[in-house]
Amino acid sequence: MKQRKKRMKENRNIAIASYLCLIIFVALIGNLIYFLASDNSVILSNAYNSKRQDLLAQGTVKGSVLSEDGQVLAETITDKKGNEHRYYPYKNMYAHAVGYVDNGKMGVERDYNYYMLRCNSNPLITALNEIKGVKNKGDNIVTNLNSKVQKAAYDALGNRKGAVIALNPDNGKILAMVSRPDYDPNTISKDWKSLIEDKYDESRLLNRATQGLYPPGSTFKLVTLLEYIRENGGGDAFSYKCSGKDVINGTTIKCYKSKKHGEEDIKKAFAKSCNCAFANIGASLNLDQMNSFARTLLFNEDIDYQFEYKKSSFNLSSKSDNDEVVQTVIGQGKTMISPLHNALLAGMIANGGYLVTPSLVDRVETAEDKRVVRTFKQKEKVNVLTENQVRIASECMKETVKSGTATSLAGKKYEAAGKTGSAEFDKSGASHAWFIGYAEYEGKKIAVSIIVEGAGTGSDYAVPVAGKIFDAYY
Amino acid sequence: MNTIAGLCGYIVVILLAIYTLYCFTVFRRKDREKQNKIFAKQKMCMFLMHFICNVLLFVVDFDSRIIMLYGIELIFFLCIMKLYEIIYRGLSKLVLNNIVLLSMVGLIMLKRIKVEYAARQLVFIVAGLAVCLLVPLIIKKFRYFGRFGWQYGFIGIIILGALLVVGVEKYGAKNWLSIGGILIQPLEFVKIIFVFAIAALLAGRPSFKKIVAITAMAAAHVLILVLEKDLGGALLYFLTYLVILVVSTGNVLYLVAGLFAGGTASVLAYRLFAHVRRRVLAWRDPWANVDDAGYQIAHSLFAIGTGGWFGMGLGRGIPKIIPVVESDYIFSAICEELGGIFGICLIMVYVSCFIMVSNISIKIDNLFYKFTALGLGIMFMFQVFLSIGGVTKLIPSTGVTLPLISYGGSSVISTILTFSIIQGMYVLYGSEVDKADEAKEKAHEGE
Repeated sequence: MKQRKKRMKENRNIAIASYLCLIIFVALIGNLIYFLASDNSVILSNAYNSKRQDLLAQGTVKGSVLSEDGQVLAETITDKKGNEHRYYPYKNMYAHAVGYVDNGKMGVERDYNYYMLRCNSNPLITALNEIKGVKNKGDNIVTNLNSKVQKAAYDALGNRKGAVIALNPDNGKILAMVSRPDYDPNTISKDWKSLIEDKYDESRLLNRATQGLYPPGSTFKLVTLLEYIRENGGGDAFSYKCSGKDVINGTTIKCYKSKKHGEEDIKKAFAKSCNCAFANIGASLNLDQMNSFARTLLFNEDIDYQFEYKKSSFNLSSKSDNDEVVQTVIGQGKTMISPLHNALLAGMIANGGYLVTPSLVDRVETAEDKRVVRTFKQKEKVNVLTENQVRIASECMKETVKSGTATSLAGKKYEAAGKTGSAEFDKSGASHAWFIGYAEYEGKKIAVSIIVEGAGTGSDYAVPVAGKIFDAYY
Repeated sequence: MNTIAGLCGYIVVILLAIYTLYCFTVFRRKDREKQNKIFAKQKMCMFLMHFICNVLLFVVDFDSRIIMLYGIELIFFLCIMKLYEIIYRGLSKLVLNNIVLLSMVGLIMLKRIKVEYAARQLVFIVAGLAVCLLVPLIIKKFRYFGRFGWQYGFIGIIILGALLVVGVEKYGAKNWLSIGGILIQPLEFVKIIFVFAIAALLAGRPSFKKIVAITAMAAAHVLILVLEKDLGGALLYFLTYLVILVVSTGNVLYLVAGLFAGGTASVLAYRLFAHVRRRVLAWRDPWANVDDAGYQIAHSLFAIGTGGWFGMGLGRGIPKIIPVVESDYIFSAICEELGGIFGICLIMVYVSCFIMVSNISIKIDNLFYKFTALGLGIMFMFQVFLSIGGVTKLIPSTGVTLPLISYGGSSVISTILTFSIIQGMYVLYGSEVDKADEAKEKAHEGE
């Protein structure tokens, strides 16, 4: 009898242990159900899943890529024999923004391939089509690109090497993205060899707008200005008399063409892009603090951008030598920035001090009835500036248009603001032309970042591009 | 044609779902006759499913070997089930059905991946089930199985230790033995000996001192496995020992101490071994390094996700791009082609096996047999958990096979042996007591 009682105890233990063990199976099944029930298109759209995506392609005609205003940027055409090919009506214009499908996929064409191969149209019709053996039309991808702005940017850049990014500073939606020289995605297979060979060192496949890193030139004075305001609580106290040339801690700094700017307050120094004044400002700054401030502005940091891009770099600290310091604060040191990042900085002044997440793709729509299947959510924008910084910086940028280096943008129906730059990139004195800035009209804003490689000054070559973009937008 | 194939896919899922449902509703029927009816219905479901899947596979590329193999499988399964019912009189038919069903699913999937795998797997299954017909006889003849606890432990350590020296490395773990060109994994069999060892020793109601010695012996197994880089194996041995120890002594302190020791060991392993870190990182964010450490798990999730609830259909997915899909990652292939619901049903079938084993363990009176049944069941259950949990990204992947479904002779034969031992013990030492118990319970109720 004692024996039996003992067994009962053991049996009870076994039962308890077994029940506990069953819990892990509940977890196992729960996890699997959760994975299957949750929306895992983000996972399945991964470029590494391309083979399974191709499998889906057998039953659907890949959807189109559309601009915000409904223009078709990429579509699949089926010829009489039933062969499909991808067609890009605008040829080179959207090459870097939209990507390509032959010779490996790229861009939107690659990362949103999965969505374009799914069909969320009326399930009755799709089922009927399946039975009939007719391919369903995949969903469309609607980008944020605006065909008017893109065309203006593309034409304005012309045959020069360079890049343009235009975005809505309030939400980070990319309205235009141009990189030149470019390629025609329609004939990329045929041209592949010469594109890869790159005989003339043009890097046509490179998206300069996001992957190109350039010295920022005078556009970097915006960062120096913001740090100066941060450290001094404002800019009113600043005054400087420019004689076209100055020696700071043993380093000689000249203004462009040694032009004497005379008596300056902070606005004038910025608008005229006075190197001497800004070298002096820079020499007064706490460089360790500036370094950490640059970090919050995403120098040396990752930008939350889903496609290929290069990280901007900035390195100054209290240990940097004097020459490097004065060169760097006026944008001539080792600092490197991408046009995309510079557009975010311009947008940050336009939107009241927020860094936004740049976004190229807005939503997925069904092909037939344009029903929204999903909208790609954006991260919350992050406030990185004080009101004071925003106010003074925007006044300075407006002054640049009013009386400084970007006066060709003055007198329009919209109010423009910005900063030019001429970034010397070799000893010969040749320079890249920069303009970053924004425009506003009746609450509608646009921020731009333009680089024209080896062209000359920002005023002469980059500002006119901005003007054409703004004109097209408003 | 496609529509018919699609429809058949749904039917397969439904058949397995019905089968699974019966696995659990059968417990509600006390009446033997009614239970037998359910088991017969289960058999119908599984043979029908087996048939449809083979037809579906055949129409993909009209490979006549599929039909041939199907014929052999059909005859073999029908015969062996009859034989088991005769030799293991009074066995758990549920467990027998489950074993055959799981083997069928494995064969179907292997056939789809590579017909040669299925052919070889069938040989292993035939050999395993045939040899195991002898198990009840052996258990009956050798009544002193429970007396050699230390010897079992010693043998286990010797075999595992020998692998450290002569073992061959495969899939990153050095626990394979090459005999005449055939790779076997002795570990799969040491598992059973290990359970014998701890069951025999703990059934003897050891003193605390002795428990320390037994624990040292078990820890030696685990340590050797860690040195062989077989993390899954080490975990299995550790967890099984812990559960049996706590159940046999009824002392929760052992559980606390064991979990603490296990936690500390895991942290240490993470710090010390690069291959452990690699797996944990691949688990935490497979997307960060899809082309390297995260490759397998990412492709596993692609497969399961693409398959969805009802699967792409047999032969219509691309499971073969997952490395070692025929072994550790076969569950992903099943989900891809046969669907998530099918996968969930499979997990439930495993659960029903475990519930049945734990029932059997309760019904057996002899402590050694009782703990052996429980230990084997726990070992089996954790193996399923580690395997499926790993490929569905619930836990880091530990490279454990899915019992009876994954390709591999050692794994399949040892699982069949495991269940044969459990069934053998059940028919010899379980049923009599069971009846006596029932009689007593009735008497109690009468009071």
